[in-house]
Amino acid sequence: MALSAHTLKVGDTHEEQIVNNRPRTQLVQYSGASGDYNPIHTDEVFATKVAGYPSVFAHGMLTMGMTGKMLTNYVGDGRLTKYGVRFTRQVWPGDVLTAKATVEALREEGGKHFIDLTVSTVNQEGAEVLSGYASARIDP
Amino acid sequence: MAAKKFPIEAGHIMLFARAVGDDNQIYHDEDYAKTTEPGTIIAPPTFAIASAQFDPDYPLRPKSGQPWFGSGKEPTGVQRSSGGGGGGGGGGLHAEQHFEYHRHLKPGDVLTATVKPGKTWEKEGRRSGKLVFSETITEYRDQKGELVITARGVGVRTERPVDQN
Repeated sequence: MALSAHTLKVGDTHEEQIVNNRPRTQLVQYSGASGDYNPIHTDEVFATKVAGYPSVFAHGMLTMGMTGKMLTNYVGDGRLTKYGVRFTRQVWPGDVLTAKATVEALREEGGKHFIDLTVSTVNQEGAEVLSGYASARIDP
Repeated sequence: MAAKKFPIEAGHIMLFARAVGDDNQIYHDEDYAKTTEPGTIIAPPTFAIASAQFDPDYPLRPKSGQPWFGSGKEPTGVQRSSGGGGGGGGGGLHAEQHFEYHRHLKPGDVLTATVKPGKTWEKEGRRSGKLVFSETITEYRDQKGELVITARGVGVRTERPVDQN
């Protein structure tokens, strides 16, 4: 399952559609699991009338979590050593998101092999909603 | 300020993995997990953020007997003295999140979070006016006192709601 250094090269990519027509209920589900009950993510009345947004919008951490699924599908379970992101645009109910990892570098440190990736998630209009990086331990 | 005790529980991992749409069996099936390289159920990479559940003072959770800023009879249960969009009074928006994994979490771990303030900076935003960023570093240590995850979060307060154009 794990990636092998000898089969990878810089520029290789892995891409997955992580959500299609994101439902509002998923925001409720994520609030309950994560403990972030900010009403801006689940309370349409508050989000529109008080906060001034067109609707509720997703937790940044939900998009990071879903992008993390693409990463662990690619690098294998328990292999990530680093994962970091910037939230560049809000994600709305109904959005379709695609997450992509691109191989930036392959390294060897103390006899262990690692991969460095850039990470990007875009919406149905191709606009980036999350940009980041990850590193993982790989096989030789 | 932070979770003094964050017990890593299998049921919580299952619910969290479902919420992020990840049906990988390693997050809910112990028998399957035994056949994998980690050899046990592990938590998904962003799970440490759910330590909020175990933080007694976490501001984004309604507390019994206290006013809540979400809607009830009125669109908000709290009258705010000043404007300011984005966070809607709830602690701003999340701008960045970084995790460094020293090892992956598994059921039975009991973590302690230590929070350290980081840098603060300002920027003029094109779509939301003045932006004030602040960084928080959280170190999660396990029951043996070993550092397992280092998390760095950046929050931002915006002057007005983010313009959608």
